[in-house]
Order: sequence, then structure tokens, then C-alpha cells
Amino acid sequence: MSFFRTICLCIGLFVFVPSALSLAVDEPLLNPALEARARALHKTLRCLVCQNQSIEDSDAGLARDLRRVVRERILAGDSDDQVIDYIVIRYGDWVLLRPPFKASTYALWFGPFLVLGFGAIGLVIINRRRSVKTSPTPLDDQERESLDRLLEDEKL
Amino acid sequence: MRYLLPLGVFVVVAAALGIGLTMDPRVLPSALKGKEIPDFSLQAVQGRELGLSSANLRQGTVSVVNIFASWCGPCRVEHPYITELRNLGIVVYGINYKDHPDHAEEWLNIHGDPYVRTGADLNGRVSIDWGVYGLPETYVVDGGGHVIEKHIGPLMPDDIRSKILPAIQRAMK
Repeated sequence: MSFFRTICLCIGLFVFVPSALSLAVDEPLLNPALEARARALHKTLRCLVCQNQSIEDSDAGLARDLRRVVRERILAGDSDDQVIDYIVIRYGDWVLLRPPFKASTYALWFGPFLVLGFGAIGLVIINRRRSVKTSPTPLDDQERESLDRLLEDEKL
Repeated sequence: MRYLLPLGVFVVVAAALGIGLTMDPRVLPSALKGKEIPDFSLQAVQGRELGLSSANLRQGTVSVVNIFASWCGPCRVEHPYITELRNLGIVVYGINYKDHPDHAEEWLNIHGDPYVRTGADLNGRVSIDWGVYGLPETYVVDGGGHVIEKHIGPLMPDDIRSKILPAIQRAMK
């Protein structure tokens, strides 16, 4: 009897694990298409408390509240861009895990390529200088003569 | 002379990294600064009479809005200085963030209530409109309802002197 009970308990534990893993506190939207949109947006928004997690991944209270706000805006008929704008107006570009492409972020987007460019130019300059330095100086007459003599000797 | 360029590059990189490393990553720029406060209306904290709404912040007087909660440790730390601000004659309003009504009431009764008006943001929804992400936060709002300055974290005497009072002066112009 107790063996049977243990088996039941084990099966029960396995069956109920997935439900414990899913977000118990969130109320997903009933329409699966809208819920999928909400989930996709959650992944692009940064949790402000834990900073390098998206609100989808975070357990923080504020992340949960923001997930709810996203769902609320989607239900109100907002497009994805409108939902993002709604959050950005309140928390700034900082909430976007992918920084926007605009004048104030040009340095961020182009900076690495600029540094790469400078590095390449520097490398070319250094290389050129080195090759100039290592190119052999031509022999003067005296050296040529002595070399010729040596070569003559070799032949013998 | 030939070391000048590498030295220059080193100094620039070191300065850039130095600035980056000494910045506090927890302090984010406020999106609300310079903009209008959000529209909201909140009931007073349990046991208080006067609630808080956006209309109260647009009545021509400069005010300080402090977001606090009884469960927030740093709020307790800054509490004497918030009280000091009030004693200086500055209008201080409190938004009580996601707090248990009983706890909020008790907290104000024990430590003193420096707020002219309080608003109980029970589910934190209004605070999201303010862009609140960590407690405590303090805003300086001009008479027309524009956010002039925002301070994140406990408001210490130094912050009041260097940040809040100058912002209040700017707001009065």
C-alpha cells in the first residue's frame, strides 16, 4: 500500500512540476495571438530593478507590473510600437534592450567600427614604416668588390 | 615624441573608461524631467484626510513629491530630512507605493507625517506613470505641474543642498 502511495506521489510530483514553472502570478491574455505579442514585447523590455534581465525573465515586482501594463495596452488596441512608446515615455530609452538608432546613439552604433577603422589605419602606417626600415641598403662599390671576390673564390 | 600618440590614445581610453566605471548604473536618467506630470487621482493613505491628484500639483506652488513605503528601509533613513524640507516651508506631498494601508498609517503615526497630502498607490499603477523603479524617489514639480528635478534613492542633507533646493529655486522662476 505504501509503495503504491509513493508511486502516486512521484507521478503527481512530475505531473505538477510544469505548472509550478510557468508564471503563476501573471494572468495571460485569453487570445493566444495577443498573448504571443505580449510575450514578444516582454522580451524586448529591460527590467529596471535587475537591469540586465528582460521583464519576461524577471521575478521583480515592477517587472510583473510592467508585464501587466503591456497586456493592458495590447487589450486596449495598441500596436506593438504604441506599447513600446507608452513604456519609453515613462522610463526612457533605457528600458529598451535593443537601443534605438538615432542621433544620440550614433556613437554607440558607429563607435566600434570607428575604433576598428583607426586600428586598421594605424596597422597600415606601422607596417609601411617597418617595411621601409627593413628594406636593404644597396652595397657600395667597395662591398660589391669584396663580395665579387668572395664569390670568385667560391668557384675555385 | 614617438610615444606621444600611444600616450594620447591611452589617456583618452583611460578617461572614457574611468567615467564609465565611476557612474552609478542604478541611477537612470529620468524620462519625465522637463515634462508634465501624469494625470492621476489617489485616495489619501488610510487615516489621513487629503488625497493627492495631478490637479493639486498644478495650483501654482512649487512642490516636492516623495514616493515612499513603510516596507522600504531607505525611506526610513531619509524621513527626517523630508520632514526638514517640510519645516523649511516647502510643500511636500507623499505617494505611498504598494503598501498595506495599516502599515502605511502606522508608519506615518510612529515616525511623523511630513506630507501636506498623501496618495495611496495600492497597486503601483500611478507610480509606473511617474516612471518610478525603485524606492524612495523624490520629484521637484513647478507650479504648472512640470517635473524640474528627480532624485533616486534616499534624500540626504547633501542632496537637498546641492540638488533639491536649487531645483526649487529654478522652479520658482
